[in-house]
Amino acid sequence: MKKYILDLTVKSVEQVHERYVLVKLTSKETLPQMLPGQFVEVRVDGSATTFLRRPISIHFVDYQQNELWLLVACIGDGTKAIGALKSGDVLNCVLPLGHGFTIASDKKCLLVGGGVGVAPLLYLGAELKRQGVEPTFLLGARTGKDLLMLDEFRKYGRVMVTTEDGSEGEKGFVTNHSVLEQEQFDFIQTCGPTPMMKAVARVARQKGIDCEASLENLMACGLGACLCCVEKTTEGNLCVCKEGPVFNIKRLLWQD
Amino acid sequence: MARLDVKIKDLCLKNPVMTASGTFGYGLEFQDFVPLDGIGGIIVKGTTLKPRQGNDYPRMAETPQGMLNCVGLQNKGVDYFAEHIYPQLKDIDTNWIVNVSGSSPEDYAECAARIDVLEKVPAIELNISCPNVHDGGMAFGVTCAGAESVVKAVRERYHKTLIVKLSPNVTDITEIARAVEAAGADSVSLINTLMGTAIDIEKRRRVLSIGTGGLSGPCVKPVALRMVYQVARAVKIPVIGLGGISSATDAIEFLMAGATAIEIGTANFLDPAVTVKVRDGINEWLDRHGVDSVQDIIGCVE
Repeated sequence: MKKYILDLTVKSVEQVHERYVLVKLTSKETLPQMLPGQFVEVRVDGSATTFLRRPISIHFVDYQQNELWLLVACIGDGTKAIGALKSGDVLNCVLPLGHGFTIASDKKCLLVGGGVGVAPLLYLGAELKRQGVEPTFLLGARTGKDLLMLDEFRKYGRVMVTTEDGSEGEKGFVTNHSVLEQEQFDFIQTCGPTPMMKAVARVARQKGIDCEASLENLMACGLGACLCCVEKTTEGNLCVCKEGPVFNIKRLLWQD
Repeated sequence: MARLDVKIKDLCLKNPVMTASGTFGYGLEFQDFVPLDGIGGIIVKGTTLKPRQGNDYPRMAETPQGMLNCVGLQNKGVDYFAEHIYPQLKDIDTNWIVNVSGSSPEDYAECAARIDVLEKVPAIELNISCPNVHDGGMAFGVTCAGAESVVKAVRERYHKTLIVKLSPNVTDITEIARAVEAAGADSVSLINTLMGTAIDIEKRRRVLSIGTGGLSGPCVKPVALRMVYQVARAVKIPVIGLGGISSATDAIEFLMAGATAIEIGTANFLDPAVTVKVRDGINEWLDRHGVDSVQDIIGCVE
């Protein structure tokens, strides 16, 4: 897929949570085609501590409105600078990068997300629905107020939630949810904190379900040139930015 | 349009802009952003005789105006390069230069000999300055005797333009430059990365998997520029300057300090199209100042 360096215009920045913002970007030109699970390398200028671009996963692409959505956790100086953007600001982006999720429109898909890791699952769910299959989303967070974008997810499939404190949905981790016992899925796709993804991968292996996980190793170039973001795989060290970020768990050395 | 061509021994560059090893992959990763034939030379990633897995993750730490890396020469080996990568590159009209590393003079020489036969690779850059490998790398580049031993061994087996990349992690870089010149190098490129470290204060441990890494980016530019200035006055062979170059202004500074050509490294990560912008910026500067050829400003600073 052809990659571009684009100056995108900030259409809106919405605070969806005390730590998370939803940034909607647009352009005079038609946005290029992007696939679920791919990411954007965002240039953040203005601070000595924000030298490199920030890799941010594609939350959603609204081709009708010509909008690219990014769901950003404002944690460090770089992501806080993204959160402080105002409508009309310009954000330089390299996109679309990496290999995304498989669109398994012939399968019963369970999309499992945790924290800001839910971000790429919205676009994945939307694409699955467009291709005729409604996925099940299983989304986890610490508390009910940390669950993000639920109304958006509900547009594309059934939404199940877990919270660690039980304030919404079932209490516990995503891997404790009863749906995993009550229903059979053919395919699990997951994005979230690494311990959560490893737990999801363990469940998938135990049940013999095919599974993909989206990794977020620290990156520099985002293009497969610097070899900084490598993950150990069955094929040796592979760049998460180029060969991933989405990997079938069979390729990862995650066996317990 | 000023003349931009420069020459390094038998290596003819259509413009003085090259890419630094390890920051531009095999070029192909960047072809959506820049016409590769618009770049004077593309130095592909560090290549060794045998495949190397490199160091463990984490390999990178962001620093003020720069970054540390300890990739550790991950590559699939010279034979894989010759069989699988070279055929994809050879018909693209730029100078493909292979950065060669090894763990003994014999290793370097054998790797260089296998590249010597590749028709469309007119030069190699010997990496005697990698700070991230234990077996060799910088060990050869920090003493005159070590540097000489590698260059002599390679010179016997390699017949095209031989560039030697120098480490800044030495007391006097001009001594090493003179030693490799005497041993038969056709050119020196400098600087490789400066050795550094970073600490994660929450985990109370060093960030990088091997503890230390090489510092690159705009933060190293003044150090690199000073060393290029010194080396250009210490040797007769052409000098290639690199270290934090991100703009045409930076590049022109290095040319004026005495570099015949320049390499762009870490800046490729921030702007994947930076190479051709620097090339065009050099041309604009020359035109604006009525200078006919880039060669007229090389080493013009007293």
